[in-house]
Amino acid sequence: MKILVLLKRVPDTEARILINQEGTGINEQGVKFVINTYDEYGIEQGLRIREQVGGDSKVTVVCMGPGEATELIRTALAMGADDAVHICDPALGKPDPFTSAIILAKAITDEGFDIIFCGKQAIDDDMAQVQSILAEMLDIPQVNVVAVFELSDDGTKATVRRRIEGGDEKVEARLPAIFSCEKGLNEPRYASLPGIMKAKKKEIRTKTLADLGFGEVPGGTRSRVLKWLPLPKGAECRMVEAEEMKDAVAELARLLREEAKVI
Amino acid sequence: MQFLLTEEERLLRKTARDFARKDLAPVAAECNEKGEFPQGIFKKLGELGFMGITVPEQYGGVNLGYFCLALALEEISSVCASTAVTVSVHNSLVNLAILKYGSEELKEKYLPELAAADMLGAFALTEPDAGSDVTAMRLSAVKRGDEYILNGTKIFISTGDRAGVIIVFGRTDLNERTKGISAFVVEPSFPGFSVGKSEDKMGLKASTTVELVFEDCRVPAANLLGEEGMGMCIALDSLDGGRVGIAAQSIGIARAALDEAVIFARERKQFGKRIIDFQATGFKIADMATDLEAARLMVYLTAKLRDAGEPYTKEAAMTKLFATRAVNRIVYDALQIHGGAGYTKEFLIERLFRDARALEIYEGTSEIQRIVIMKKLLEEYDQMFPS
Ligand SMILES: Cc1cc2nc3c(=O)[nH]c(=O)nc-3n(C[C@H](O)[C@H](O)[C@H](O)COP(=O)(O)OP(=O)(O)OC[C@H]3O[C@@H](n4cnc5c(N)ncnc54)[C@H](O)[C@@H]3O)c2cc1C
Ligand SMILES: Cc1cc2nc3c(=O)[nH]c(=O)nc-3n(C[C@H](O)[C@H](O)[C@H](O)COP(=O)(O)OP(=O)(O)OC[C@H]3O[C@@H](n4cnc5c(N)ncnc54)[C@H](O)[C@@H]3O)c2cc1C
Repeated sequence: MKILVLLKRVPDTEARILINQEGTGINEQGVKFVINTYDEYGIEQGLRIREQVGGDSKVTVVCMGPGEATELIRTALAMGADDAVHICDPALGKPDPFTSAIILAKAITDEGFDIIFCGKQAIDDDMAQVQSILAEMLDIPQVNVVAVFELSDDGTKATVRRRIEGGDEKVEARLPAIFSCEKGLNEPRYASLPGIMKAKKKEIRTKTLADLGFGEVPGGTRSRVLKWLPLPKGAECRMVEAEEMKDAVAELARLLREEAKVI
Repeated sequence: MQFLLTEEERLLRKTARDFARKDLAPVAAECNEKGEFPQGIFKKLGELGFMGITVPEQYGGVNLGYFCLALALEEISSVCASTAVTVSVHNSLVNLAILKYGSEELKEKYLPELAAADMLGAFALTEPDAGSDVTAMRLSAVKRGDEYILNGTKIFISTGDRAGVIIVFGRTDLNERTKGISAFVVEPSFPGFSVGKSEDKMGLKASTTVELVFEDCRVPAANLLGEEGMGMCIALDSLDGGRVGIAAQSIGIARAALDEAVIFARERKQFGKRIIDFQATGFKIADMATDLEAARLMVYLTAKLRDAGEPYTKEAAMTKLFATRAVNRIVYDALQIHGGAGYTKEFLIERLFRDARALEIYEGTSEIQRIVIMKKLLEEYDQMFPS
């Protein structure tokens, strides 16, 4: 079974995020970058499926990102993935989800696959779109926010549970399909020391846009980020107090109309 | 200092750090409080490769150097110094002594199990009348047929009651002070071996420190490390490496103490200000951070010297002296910054303060380090400027 896992390089959740002066992105200086947390569940799930199916099953990491992403790809290889495709091209900049999906779809089609795992969203800009656009382009089923995953014994379909408001939804999907992973799906393993040593010898195939057959950044611009703005400073909380509840409500309504001007 | 580390070293440090925070921290809190040994942790550390860092692959290890061991020890110590004692003794004293001085048979017999943490290692040098003065040791080892018969007592032996392999130093020749000492690989199942009293220590509560009693303890002659009379040389050589391990342990504890101090000082307000905004606090923190950085650089450099196969006895002693003194200054000031809170078990600094104290004592006291440094320096000067 050919298992692909998507990996994105994102700022550490613990990092303090500041928007740069031009408002074109975040100030990356001193910020630590990590594997998107939800992608880690995907890597782990991919490794477990490889262990379950055995034979010549293979886990390939697909990452689109700058040169610095190599260290994170290497981490996934040290966890146990077999090899990786790194799409890296200075022309890429910060592609929108549509562009990302076009490029990834091409690389994924070139690789071939039986199953794809990715995170339910990237924790940088939280768009959560790439997996769905990808599924459309590859014309395969998609199941998102997967919290429990089970592969059938014959390896042709998966039964999964998705977290939805107030409960779980049980879904069956035939393969090939793409699954986006939710926290709690599994406990991602550490990169062991022997794993780290082995990862040094594993192959990372770097691909430029030209290698994938694109003359320029594909997709045009479906969406464009105009400006990054810091969160407005939280205004102070004001308690509306009165002897009787109805007076408090009346006062609140007055404040909302006259001061906050929202009703 | 990212650039000092290769990609592989950064990955190793990340695994050590993640493991320490996620798996070790909860266990450490409980074990230190209750004075329990975190037995389960070592098997996991073994699976990740941390119990055979310097052991070659053919014996089940990962064949990395001392620098990597130091990186791992810093991370583990920043969360649990007790666990780091066990890991340090195991890797830097036991594994390396067997690897360097053991026969092929001993290496094949013990190293794979040690590297997998199927058994832990201990290193037994200290005796009631032989602490700093190792050559005063009295434990006797008499050859009888194809066995050595050991009689005597060792004290203060870390992991002594939990180990599957103990390197024991004893006297094979009563007339030779230094050259009369030999080293043996002893299993607790050997007849005549028993564990005596356990020390009720001030800190490092999640590591065990025990007395070992040898009464006509029979050790196969094949379990002699190196040759008869090589014991002192094996001990000193191992301790050079061990000292770098203890220095790495120091920077782990120091980092945790610095973190605690800064976080506390940023929160705590007195006289209408955060106490970190009083220069008296700020200067303490600046000194602590500087001490830590200097100690870390010494650890890195000395570990690199060792990995490069250069002589490093003097540097190991300097690094141990500086780092263990630095961590004690750091925990002292970090506790001071906490005020009364720091004197209670509610705050981590209370444990760090107790744990750090042992570092200036074991694997050679600060005074002994100075003796080593002075002796080496004098040798160098005698060579450079003969008198
Ligand atoms: C937590 C812990 C774990 C330990 N684990 C182990 C272990 O696993 N294996 C093991 O073999 N030992 C172990 N030890 C023992 C440790 O190595 C000794 O405590 C240490 O070597 C000091 O010996 P001592 O306690 O007998 O002190 P002493 O040697 O009696 O020293 C007392 C004081 O006199 C000073 N002093 C001694 N000689 C001189 C001198 N020539 N010049 C100046 N000052 C001097 C010392 O520096 C010290 O301050 C451990 C100790 C502790 C506390
Ligand atoms: C064992 C014990 C027994 C005690 N018994 C009693 C008792 O019986 N009765 C009682 O009333 N209290 C008692 N205390 C409380 C004790 O007096 C306080 O802990 C002490 O006054 C320090 O106050 P704090 O703990 O709030 O620390 P903080 O005042 O918060 O100080 C924290 C740190 O900030 C520093 N700092 C604060 N202000 C400044 C400044 N302006 N400039 C520079 N540095 C500053 C301090 O020196 C300290 O290092 C006891 C404390 C202990 C540990």
